[in-house]
Amino acid sequence: MSEQTAATRDVPSTAKVVVIGAGIVGNCLVGHLSRLGWTDMVLLDKGPLPNPGGSTGHASNFIFPTDHNKEMAFLTVDSQNQYIDHGLNNTCGGIEVAREPQRLEEFKRRMTSAKAWNIDARLVTPAEIKEMVPFINEEILLGGYYTPSVSVVDSLATGTRMREEAVAAGNLSVFANTEVLSLETELLPSGFPKVTAVVTDRGRIEAEHVVIACGVWSPRIAAMAGANIPLTPAVHQMADVGPIDVLVESNKELAYPIIRDMDTFCYERQSAGSMEVGSYAHRPILMRPDDIPSNQASALTPTELPLTYDDFEPQMEQAIELMEMLGDAEIKYAINGLLSLTPDANPVLGETVEVRNLWSAAAVWIKEGPGIAQLVAEWMTYGYPHMCDPHGSDISRFYPHEKTEWHINARCNEHFNKTYGIVHPREQWASQRGMRRSPFYAREEALGATFFDARGWERPQWYSSNEKLQAKFPEAFTPRTHEWDARWWNPVTNAEHLQMRESVGMVDLTAFNEFDFEGPGACAFLDYVCVNKVDVAVGRSVYTPLLTPHGGFRGDLTIQRLGEHHFRVITGAFDGGRDNYWFNKHLEQWNADHADAQATFTDRSQGICTVGVWGPNAAKTLAKVTTDHTTAPYDLSQEGFPYGAVQDVLIDGVPCTMFRISYVGENGWEIYTRMEHGLKVWDAIWDAGQEFEIIPVGIGVYAVTGRIEKGYRLMGAELESEYTPVEAGLARPKVKAAALIGKAAYRKARDEGPAAIMCTLSMDSQQCADGYDRFPTGGNEPILTLSGDRIVDAKGRVSRVTTAGAGPSVGKYLLLAYLPPEHAVEGTKLQVMYMNELYPVTVERAGATPLFDPTDARMKS
Amino acid sequence: MRVLVCVKRVPAPGAKINITADGQAVDTAYLAFTTSPHEECAVEEAVQLVERHGGEATVLTLGPAEADEQLRYAASLGVAKAVLLPITEADWDPQRTAAAIAGAIRELEAAEGAFDIILFGNESADSGGFQVGVRVARALGRPIVNGIKGIEVGDGSVRARREAEAGVEVYTIPMPVVLGVKEGINLPRYPTMKGRLNAKKVAVAQVTPSAEPGGQQMVTLLQAAEKSSNTVILGKGPEAAAAVVDVLEELGVLK
Repeated sequence: MSEQTAATRDVPSTAKVVVIGAGIVGNCLVGHLSRLGWTDMVLLDKGPLPNPGGSTGHASNFIFPTDHNKEMAFLTVDSQNQYIDHGLNNTCGGIEVAREPQRLEEFKRRMTSAKAWNIDARLVTPAEIKEMVPFINEEILLGGYYTPSVSVVDSLATGTRMREEAVAAGNLSVFANTEVLSLETELLPSGFPKVTAVVTDRGRIEAEHVVIACGVWSPRIAAMAGANIPLTPAVHQMADVGPIDVLVESNKELAYPIIRDMDTFCYERQSAGSMEVGSYAHRPILMRPDDIPSNQASALTPTELPLTYDDFEPQMEQAIELMEMLGDAEIKYAINGLLSLTPDANPVLGETVEVRNLWSAAAVWIKEGPGIAQLVAEWMTYGYPHMCDPHGSDISRFYPHEKTEWHINARCNEHFNKTYGIVHPREQWASQRGMRRSPFYAREEALGATFFDARGWERPQWYSSNEKLQAKFPEAFTPRTHEWDARWWNPVTNAEHLQMRESVGMVDLTAFNEFDFEGPGACAFLDYVCVNKVDVAVGRSVYTPLLTPHGGFRGDLTIQRLGEHHFRVITGAFDGGRDNYWFNKHLEQWNADHADAQATFTDRSQGICTVGVWGPNAAKTLAKVTTDHTTAPYDLSQEGFPYGAVQDVLIDGVPCTMFRISYVGENGWEIYTRMEHGLKVWDAIWDAGQEFEIIPVGIGVYAVTGRIEKGYRLMGAELESEYTPVEAGLARPKVKAAALIGKAAYRKARDEGPAAIMCTLSMDSQQCADGYDRFPTGGNEPILTLSGDRIVDAKGRVSRVTTAGAGPSVGKYLLLAYLPPEHAVEGTKLQVMYMNELYPVTVERAGATPLFDPTDARMKS
Repeated sequence: MRVLVCVKRVPAPGAKINITADGQAVDTAYLAFTTSPHEECAVEEAVQLVERHGGEATVLTLGPAEADEQLRYAASLGVAKAVLLPITEADWDPQRTAAAIAGAIRELEAAEGAFDIILFGNESADSGGFQVGVRVARALGRPIVNGIKGIEVGDGSVRARREAEAGVEVYTIPMPVVLGVKEGINLPRYPTMKGRLNAKKVAVAQVTPSAEPGGQQMVTLLQAAEKSSNTVILGKGPEAAAAVVDVLEELGVLK
């Protein structure tokens, strides 16, 4: 096998896998697949090699490793290490500079993330910046964030190496100048299509797997098979100016650190004798994949369009202000370079949800390309990546409304200028709001709800109507001094929490997903997918993790047994898409393998609304309106309706399903009914609860304060594929006999014992150097020893805050974090870093025992 | 010294240029635009003449409103003034273009004085008619020499140089003069960032062109036949030597 050069060579008629796109991702992917043992691969690109004309070819190629997001930080550092291994990483250092005071605050936050991810970084003064970059105008700067390991990599050469490695191993044939004309699929018995062949202008290739690594063209190729890769091509403006004497005289490719002028959203990066000036400050300029010119119709390449100067001129003025020498340098090359943007700015990775064996490896930057290629290769090989949890990049995270061009463009228009922005962990979207509303929405709005977005659902985070509780719980309303801590937060959450614990509250949980499994194989199938035993009595429920094949968390949900062959899975808004895909994917194989035990999947989410009613007076409230199918009062006692039970009732005459469970540590129920009944049920409960001073309770309590006091884990925060149920404290005493996904790894994890244990910590003091209290947001703040050292477990995982929040009933500010066994001892004193300051913390609980009501007496009485 | 340089907005080279289905226009969907290479040199020459001799350079074009881009590009290089003769059609024939430009020059000169030197590119990069400069000179009653690759300004006259088959022709011509400049006369500079920012502030004067259509009409545009080349790998390393010799013999290079 060899690199294709002759214009006339035909493609092979079959292949194990066809990778479309020879940019940084496609090239590294075939290299990693080859290393993982894949053979008989074909790599196609419609352009020439080594630069086929996609975004890789014009990338500025630099890597600033600090990222607040764990997944992206890991993949960036891993990628940088891969570039280093190739000898194609040129370290020059980089300085992010501040013109505005709030940027200095952001730098403190970056110092904290750098500590978490073990990245060498330090804050520098304008004078120190001047020393490193003599041609900078330090007078307009307030300070900087310096990272010595910032580098410029050779992405084209790295891609070529990885491609050639696979070719040399005899595992890959490469065809440049080969255009994909169509993708063929066949319909599976499950109703899902499966990709079968790639038709090119050089012939047809039957393939088991097809990977779309086409960057800005990915949506267009996916559409050929009826799949959707939600991204849009967008312009990033860049100009190369020079020659500039001081740069020429350095006689180096990179003699000076790269400057990121954060408050003007621009960068200046030396390129031998000239300077590359790039911008994320201009208006968002989005394109359609079909409107990108062909290689033939492009003066440069299809993704290097002529610079639109009107958009770039303000940035030129700012660049000259920062480095006066730039003004007199000639603009030798200037482009509107195309790159890929997605609705949430994360990559789009994994098997497409619409078409089996058709994979997406798209919306990837140079800085994370090699790492993501390895991640996708592992995903294809093992059924799930090993190197890190791909939660934020998983293509199945999107709901249908998030995959329209309208939505993609609305969100990309909103976040493009946040590329260098200061984005709060709780920050809310302004566009595409009101997309999904529960039947209770009008009532919530009238009660003064502040709505947060949960994948399109409008969920009340808190209610201004509860400000009336100020007289009752004055201490709950203590304001937060620092604006950052108080942003997207309201003290009324604390009062809602206390009133719920004292009497009763209602929580809108309509954003839940409900998946029904029916048929003779439903029980056995769910037992195969879930860790805990699903074969319980009708009317009972199961709380269970779902595992990856290597034993990490893939899901975390509850299942109700509604009938002998009828089960209902309840899962959250943020994981509904991912869980939907996972179940369907495995159900398809299950049904193919079990002719005598078939099961069906039905997504009931769009038809069901949910309200949670919790608190000491929840039962009394509901007793007033709940009957059996006649008008007889329903037995809501612990004996008649025990914890974990699921029963059908009438509430004010409306058929409802009540589920006695709690995520906030109080007695009560999740109440499910059809969407059209929702408002009547809400009103009936509301009216019944008036004598108990019932209040509406926001997600601020449900997801943070109530949950953290009980130490309940959340998928995507505490529960990730890097951790096992043993470590999360969720392993049951025994492993069930039935086969299940990840069983061998789960057994092994139990035998080995935890390398880290999920702990609840409290802050002993929150007082910062300026004398007021700070409130960590739960954004991966590192937990440190008393001497300030990072804590890393035996598997190399760092201890960091996964959730942070107030515990109004325990009177402490709480943190959840995994700690190695030697630190996971109650009473141990440690520190947490927040905004580059250290605060003393104490380990309150090691394992799943809650800090509040440790015996769960309240929920079961 | 007052120098006028006349330019034309043309599609940027480098990409395959497609023609619309009716054969009447170039498909501009993916095209970038520029000035013709000869004219880029004319602009550079105008800027250098003013740098050497003082005075002021003006750039003029007849074209669609978008030709503002080419005027500002010239301005970003150091041309002080810009004049647009806006038309609504894609292009005018050479006779009509020349008449309109000559009219505009008379108007400009009446207001601010004569141009000592008027520069054109030798020919436009798109239609390549070789006519407009000559026709403008004729209409203004001024001397013109085309193919110029060197200009020296003397006292009241210019020495203009052009390449001929057997050597170099040198002309001494009294000013005011019209010169058709050829690529190679200089190496045009790129704009600087400051130049770009300055160009944004330059006011573009508009002179409404008026002239009757000339005799030349565009019938249809045809796509040039694509040149195809087939790459044949003769082999790698020393084993390829015999095949290379065969090809060289076939070509008559070796006998």
